[in-house]
Amino acid sequence: MSSKSVFGIFEDDEHLLKAVSAVREKGYHIVDAISPFPVHGLDQAMGLKRTRISIVAFMFGITGTSLALLMMWYMNIFDWPMDIGGKPSFALYKNLPAFIPVTFESTVLCAAHGMFITFLFRCKVLPGVEPRIIDLRQSDDRMVLEVELHGKQDAAALSEILKSNGAVEVK
Amino acid sequence: MHHESEIRLPLILGDKDYHQITEDVCRPVEAKPSKWWWIAFIAAFSLFLYWVAVVAYTVGTGIGVWGLNKTVGWAWDITNFVWWVGIGHAGTLISAILLLFRQKWRLSINRAAEAMTIFAVICAASFIVSHMGRPWVAYWPLPLANQFGSLWVNFNSPLVWDVFAISTYFTVSLVFWYSGLIPDFAAIRDRAKTKTRKIVYTILSFGWVGTAKNWQRFEEMSLVLAGLSTPLVLSVHSVVSMDFATSVIPGWHTTIFPPYFVAGAIFSGFAMVQTLMIITRKVLQLEDYITIYHIDMMNRIILLTGSIVGVAYMTEFFIAWYSGVEYEGYAFINRAFGPYWWAYWSMMTCNVITPQLFWSSKLRTSVTATFIISIFVNIGMWFERFVIIVTSLHRDYIPSSWTMYYPTWVEIGIFLGSIGLFFTCFLLFAKFCPVIALSELKTIVKSSSSQAKENKDHHE
Repeated sequence: MSSKSVFGIFEDDEHLLKAVSAVREKGYHIVDAISPFPVHGLDQAMGLKRTRISIVAFMFGITGTSLALLMMWYMNIFDWPMDIGGKPSFALYKNLPAFIPVTFESTVLCAAHGMFITFLFRCKVLPGVEPRIIDLRQSDDRMVLEVELHGKQDAAALSEILKSNGAVEVK
Repeated sequence: MHHESEIRLPLILGDKDYHQITEDVCRPVEAKPSKWWWIAFIAAFSLFLYWVAVVAYTVGTGIGVWGLNKTVGWAWDITNFVWWVGIGHAGTLISAILLLFRQKWRLSINRAAEAMTIFAVICAASFIVSHMGRPWVAYWPLPLANQFGSLWVNFNSPLVWDVFAISTYFTVSLVFWYSGLIPDFAAIRDRAKTKTRKIVYTILSFGWVGTAKNWQRFEEMSLVLAGLSTPLVLSVHSVVSMDFATSVIPGWHTTIFPPYFVAGAIFSGFAMVQTLMIITRKVLQLEDYITIYHIDMMNRIILLTGSIVGVAYMTEFFIAWYSGVEYEGYAFINRAFGPYWWAYWSMMTCNVITPQLFWSSKLRTSVTATFIISIFVNIGMWFERFVIIVTSLHRDYIPSSWTMYYPTWVEIGIFLGSIGLFFTCFLLFAKFCPVIALSELKTIVKSSSSQAKENKDHHE
């Protein structure tokens, strides 16, 4: 079975949203939509699942918290406790108030960087990656809707739906 | 779709569509730099080279070339460090806190303000490294296994907190800034007419394509980064203030320091954003995007934080008397009426009186007045740190060690040079990066641009 992609080009984000709903209603398979800016409601209209990137950030964050506490406990309490200015390091819970700043910074550091690196890998956005460009104006003022045809689905009928919903070009 | 009241002033002026925004924002990147850019760049770069020379001289000869003495062990170095870190805070406030508060006016200024943050933190860090005297051992405050001194760093010490706070702040701000730049670099890449530009921006944009899933992740990430950066920015200057507040020096040992430092940081940062933005919008012809309304909004924040700073100064003075501690009381009397009275009253004039002029909407919406007042605030906030550091130190517990501090040409050179470093970075940014977050700005064209507001009038 062969599959063929049809690209609808839009100028207006509201037209794109309408077209996405219309195309999905007719049972076509939407591969992707490319826009120069985040179009609100597009992910729901396309039926995309919620991103889990904030959960990733949380996991990296608590990793950072734990690593910082472990490090400070090992260095200042367990391995080489020091008595500085009559303020000895006896136990983690006693020193905890003084350890809060580093714990906090480490949490933020790990959460932010962990999330950013995950973002880059999940989106496959990395130095040296060749962009997939369908229309050079997709990062300027054009939106691209990519629809895949399966089996007996007709390109002309799809083109008609796209055009009637405001596509300026179908290719 | 998001609807906005017509009473709110438009954030984008003129008849702009998506394409026009791309054109306007990319123009400075694609055009040859103007004569003014070259003049500014040569001036800034010369100052930067001077910075290299005086820092090299300091490192080669030793901290003895500065005006420090046994009593005043910290002066211009830490003054400049705190000044620069403080300036950086406005960038994070604009991009993170205003994002959480859904303030759309952040969109035309967040990119340049974040860039300012990064360059300001670089300048601040350079003072930390140069004031160490032996920068080749700058890794000592890091928790590394070692064979010198005490075996590990002391995590109870605010100076170690500071290392963590500043490095986290710098790298997280960098990630926040760069993640926003990725789609905008992609926009320049897709428009590139020359081969070099195409290659460079393909690498810089990491091959970004604005698919629905990518944008979904992008927006979620911006939100989480904003959520992380908000407490981060408040913590950074709190930690900086604890370098002072946890000591037993009268004038430093006060619990008001963390909030007072944070307010002061935002205050000085917004002043620097105004200074930069007023020039940038003029030179790059971005008056339609960075409007008088944006300037007005920032002036309101300057007025608010300036008033907080003013109240903090008076609270400090009151508590110094009310605490009944004579050393504390003396430190403050000495600040206002001792040999450094001129520094104290410069600070009071610039930080407490000048921002109060912004109660007048005429001055708030005047570009010239804003520019002049922003310079005053920058100067005042520099004096604030100078007053806190030097006047608290120069007359300590033993009158026989009382002394004065005078900077040498080397310290003055490092300070002026750091301004050169800052502007060199900023001018390069203005040439090679889109100074406005164009992808994000396009999301408000339909709700907040002037033609959107006019169209709405026609419908009704």
